[in-house]
This record gives sequence, C-alpha cells and structure tokens, in this order.
Amino acid sequence: MEPHEFPQIEQQLAPVFERHGREAHWLLQILREAQEIFHFIPSAAITCIAAHLGVPRTRVEGVAGFYSFLSLKPVGEYRVLFSDNVTDQMQGNPELMRYFCHKLWLEPGKVSEDNLLSVDSTSCTGMCDQGPAALVNGWPLTNLDHERLDLIAELIRGRKPVCDWPPMLFEVKDNIRRSGTLLGEPFASGAAIRATLARSSAATLLEMEASGLRGRGGAGFSVARKWSMCRVSPGEKHYIVCNADEGEPGTFKDRVLLNSYADLVCEGMTVGARIIGATKGFLYLRGEYCYLLHKLEQALAQRRVAGLLGRNILGETGFDFDIEIHLGAGAYICGEESALIESLEGKRGRPRNRPPFPVTHGYLDQPTVVDNVETLACAARIAAQGGEWFAAMGTAQSSGSKILSIAGDCARPGIYEYPFGVTLHEILDDCGAEDPYAVQVSGPSGILVSSKEFGRCISFEDLPTAGAFTVFKRGRDLLQIVQNFVHFFAHESCGFCTPCRVGTQLQKKIVDKIANGHGTAYDLEELKQLGHIMQTMSHCGLGHTAPNPVLDMLKKFPDAYQHKLKDLAFEPAFDLDGALETARNITGRDDAWAHLP
Amino acid sequence: MNEKRKIRLATCSLAGCFGCHMSLLDIDEKLFDLLGMVEFDRTPFTDIKRCGPCDIGIVEGGVSNAENVHVLKEFRKNCKVLVAIGACAITGGVPALRNNIDLWDCFQEVYLYEGGLEGNQIPNDPELPLPFDKVYPVYEVVKVDYFLPGCPPSADMIWKFLTDLIEGREPKLDYEMLRYD
Repeated sequence: MEPHEFPQIEQQLAPVFERHGREAHWLLQILREAQEIFHFIPSAAITCIAAHLGVPRTRVEGVAGFYSFLSLKPVGEYRVLFSDNVTDQMQGNPELMRYFCHKLWLEPGKVSEDNLLSVDSTSCTGMCDQGPAALVNGWPLTNLDHERLDLIAELIRGRKPVCDWPPMLFEVKDNIRRSGTLLGEPFASGAAIRATLARSSAATLLEMEASGLRGRGGAGFSVARKWSMCRVSPGEKHYIVCNADEGEPGTFKDRVLLNSYADLVCEGMTVGARIIGATKGFLYLRGEYCYLLHKLEQALAQRRVAGLLGRNILGETGFDFDIEIHLGAGAYICGEESALIESLEGKRGRPRNRPPFPVTHGYLDQPTVVDNVETLACAARIAAQGGEWFAAMGTAQSSGSKILSIAGDCARPGIYEYPFGVTLHEILDDCGAEDPYAVQVSGPSGILVSSKEFGRCISFEDLPTAGAFTVFKRGRDLLQIVQNFVHFFAHESCGFCTPCRVGTQLQKKIVDKIANGHGTAYDLEELKQLGHIMQTMSHCGLGHTAPNPVLDMLKKFPDAYQHKLKDLAFEPAFDLDGALETARNITGRDDAWAHLP
Repeated sequence: MNEKRKIRLATCSLAGCFGCHMSLLDIDEKLFDLLGMVEFDRTPFTDIKRCGPCDIGIVEGGVSNAENVHVLKEFRKNCKVLVAIGACAITGGVPALRNNIDLWDCFQEVYLYEGGLEGNQIPNDPELPLPFDKVYPVYEVVKVDYFLPGCPPSADMIWKFLTDLIEGREPKLDYEMLRYD
C-alpha cells in the first residue's frame, strides 16, 4: 500500500492525538495505536505524527523501526506471531507454524496477496506453561494444536474480528502450583498503606532495610538502599516505575502477579511512592501482555474509588499518587531499567550510560525508582507485616521467597513459590521433571545447570534468578537449545554498542556453523574469546550475559557439541560447493571448474 | 657469505579493488627498506602466477567466486601467516552489496536486458570463474591469523604491521592508526 491510499490520515489519527496530547514522550504509545489503526505505520502517518509532536521525522521513524511489534511495511490485517521460545519449540511450534502457513498458502514473513494475513515468529510470549503459544494482533493464543489452528484459519478466512473469536482460544491460566507467603496469604487492600502512614515513611524504610529485600528482577540490589537514595535525591519530581517488561524467555511470573495480584503490586508502588515522595508512577507493561491492560485499568479505577490512589490517599492530606500504564512494543532490551526509562520517554529502548543511575537521573532526568513487579509485591507485604517477619524466611543474604516460572520437560509446569535456599532437586521433584538432564535457571541470560549440580540452591549466594526455570530431560539436543538462545540475543541486541551488536551476530554464526556440522576446535576457541570480549566490553547487561549459555555449554556439556565437530583445525563456515549451485543452474555449467571439493 | 634468509611475502587481490595494494605502495621510499627485508613471491608486483612456500601472505578482497577459493586455499597452504587486509577481505565490503540481490536478477540485468557483444546470452565458458550466491569474508573460508581493517588501511598502518611482523614482534597498532573519523 502506498501513502496516498490514506487520504484521511489526519482525521484517523486525531482521536489518538486527542488522547495523548503533544508530549513527545507519548510517541511510543501513539505509534502503537497507529499500528492498530493501519496494521502498520504508513509513511504518511510518520510525517503526520512528527508534525503533531514537533519532533524530526527521523526520530519518529527511528522509534517505529526499533520495536518489533511496530512495522514500517504492511503486515496482514491479521498478524499471527508464533512464539519461538525454546519451550514453545519443544512443544512443536515450528511444525505448527509450517502447518498453518501451508494451510493458508503463505510463506512465513510475507503478507498474503489480499493483505489479509501475515505469519511470523516472535520472542517468548510468556505462555511457556501453556504453549505452544502465539499472538494474533497482540492477543495471546495458548495450547495450540492442529485443531485450533484449523479453527483459527477458518476465522481468518471468514474475516471475523479477533474480539469475536471463541474465548477459549485466548484462555490464559495462572497455574499456581505452590504458593508461599507472597501468593498464599490473604491481603487486605490498603493494609500496607495504612501501616506506612501509621508508622511514618522513615520507619517503613527501616522495615524495608530490616527485611533485607533485594530486587527480584535478577540483579538483586537492596530495595531499601535504592529507595533511600532516591528519597534524598534532589529533583522537581520523583517517579516510581514498575518494570513489567517480563521479556526473559521462560519467565511468566509477572503475568500471574499482574493478573491475580495487581492490588498487591499497586500497593507496593504506592508505599514506594510515599517513601520516595513520588506523585506519579508508571507501570511499564510488555506488549505481549497487552491483553491484561483492560483488567489492570479496572484495578486502578477500583483503587481510585477506594481512596487508595488519587488525591489525599486514605484521607492523608497531600498524599497524592497515581499510576499510569505504558505499553511496550516487543523489545527485550526494555527490561533493562535505563532502556525502559528511555522507552517510557517515547524513545528507542537504548540503555543509558550509568552512572548517573536512575535514582538520581531517571525519567525526564528526575530521581526515579524502577522495581520489578515481584519486588513491589514483596514490598507491600513487608510494609504491612514488618521487616523481621520477612527476613525470617530464606537464607542469610536472600530473605523471603522467590516465585519461579517452571516450564519445559516436567509434568506440572506453572508458578511455584519457594523460600530462598530451596535446592534444584526439590524443585524438580515437585514439578514432576522426568529424568532431568539440565536446567536453564533465570533464562538464556542466566545459568545452564547440569544434573551434577542439582544440589545447588536458588539464592543470591548460589543461583540467583529472575524467575525462569526451564527443565530439559535427557535426550534433548542442548546444542539446538543454545542455538535458540544465541538467535534470541542476536535478534534482541539494541545495536548501540559494537561488542554486543557484532558479538551476538558472530556468536550466532559460529554456533550455527557447529550445528550445521562445519565446526572445529578452532571455532570453540573463537567462541570463548568472543564471550570474553562481550562480557567485558559490552555497554549493558544484555551483552554481558549473552555469551552465558554458550560458555556454560562449552564448560559443562561437551557431549552436546563434540560429535558435531570435524577433526580439522579449520572448516569453511558454509558449504562451498553448495554456494555455487545457483550460478551453476543459471549458466548451465557442470564442468570441473564449476565445482569445489 | 651466510646472509640471513629474507622473509618471503605473497599478496593477492580477490574480490577487491586493489586499493589496499595501492596503499601498500603508498609507503613510498620505505619500499626500498621493505625490499631489503623481504622477497616477493606471488603478487601483482612480480606477476608470479602461483604461490610457493612463504612466510607471510596478504589477501585483499572478499570471496566472490570459485577461483577466489582456489587462490585463497593456495595462499593458506603456502603461507605461515595469513593476513586479511581491508574491509572487503574482512567483511565482504563493497562487493558484498550484491548479497541482497538475487543472483539471477544480477545475471539478467547484466547479460540479458541490454545484451552483450555476443547477443543476449549468459556466458558459460568454463574458463570464467563461477560466482557464489553471495560474497563471503575471507575468514569464513580459511583460517585467518591477522585482520588489518580500513578501506584501505593507511600506508603507515601497513608499514607498522609488516615491520612488527618481520622483526618478530606481535603486531601492535596504536588507537590513532585505527581511527577513521
């Protein structure tokens, strides 16, 4: 479609502009809505948005080009994206995608000739416990099989709007299999805020310190320290942000917390806001979870009615705080707190230089706290029940409990809450893992643990985790799994710094080379060196952790790749003779010089 | 006379523009110093057609066709140290711009639409090197010991690199030599 086919573009965008005003930090939200209207971002829309916001056209195009869910080229009226997370792959998604494309006479990545449909793959959609999964126009499809795909194909051919599809296709279960204090105990809305107001902010901060609560997003920074640093940072305004950009493949605990414990999370944000002196908070919801948006908006509305959000919260004069939801658009890097802030400001999700840290220079350069969903839920519990109560659970340096998202080769995938210090043996028993061979703890950026290490425990001292726990049984091709991870990182690198942008691509090429049977001992050395460069030279955590699965495999799972290696010191990265095939066909040549040994 | 054996040096250009070779010549009067230290084997300077046993082999250009592979493998077999010089050898460079164009489209554009001296036909003489589907960097075909970046690398950089190598030092290039802005 050409731009001139949108003569009404300004009128079509007018309600979007009306909603968001002229602030440039709404750019990403405006683009998301434009994508919904036109099924892609037409060139004319970019011009129109740039003029409306008073920013250069390149800035708008730069943002539109950065996020995977925004498209500068037309995609189908129906856009089906199959999750290519490793668990979805194990559950058969590649075959299902081929089946679906074949059925609808379509090639992956291309738009059907009538512009009706396009099919492609996307990074983990957070439905690992009920895969294989996909998204249709942003809505999650779970438990896919041939039968369901047949039905979906019918619905699309009949041009039925996605909102009228049978609800069972979109059913997302919580699958809470084991709950502890965080998920299991009742919580009265407002209890944490009341307790905070009763004992004062300073005293509540002391409770946070006594609790020893550390961030649940992976890095494990002390919450009390983060909050107190932000509290004393000078600034016109302070902000608190809930990081619900749960992009680490294999993690889906925040999905459940936001679906069934939104009150607890909001309460944690409100307590945090009281302590750091924020009047505004953001919940940055990953694009894959936009199906939760309506429910979350309702939860916020209820809290406003109950006097738990808004002006003079619980009658406390001057205690004003409200939460706004921002949607992401498919970018793993936005889970990094400074990239998330950039994205909140309507920019490309590029990590900032640190220091200065967000606690002093965050959203709009103001002091900002960014906390994980689970951290904020814990904070609400601590504010209500006290720090010592919390510190009594877990280990010396890891107090409290941890929610794990368990998936992969186990009988009972789902959400498990354990006190810190639980061993892998115990977890594997509980989830019904049959003959487990390896576990990926904390997703591709985490640690690949071999069966010899199943005595190790989940804690900041031993195996820190953001929540992902992916089980692989004996017989799984670990090289293929690692290949999936390196492809993921190569796709998600933001491209800002060379060690990560180039390193993730080289890593992908070399692992592919080994998987294709062209690998040698030389390539293993290359991978090690490359890993070292990425770990030491990259700009942010993505590049630092992207080599982890490769290095873990090289160290702990020699069986996974050794049989694939050739004996030679060097092998070309591709099939030399095969690369001449095209030209042989074109020229009709088959002489000796038209072949390579 | 028991004169010290001279280092043997070979160079070639695959899918390149000879710009890196020009840059090597750009060391000007130091060419005489270089000739005092090395003997050239196969190189466009000597017009020797086949490479014999050498100490250093310098390869310019990416790998675009079957003949490039034969030359490259000959270099790898005969040279103790193989150096990929310039952007094309390292990444494919300018010739690799064709990688985004279907090979059949390339052939049609060149030989069929406008027609050549022989009329509208695609040449199929076995003496013509057969092109690959894409242009590949040198390191994907043989093991490369050193990479000299630049388009082209400056004469100073080539000189510093060669003298380090010839005198038995690990080549070390200053940051200033690797800056291109």
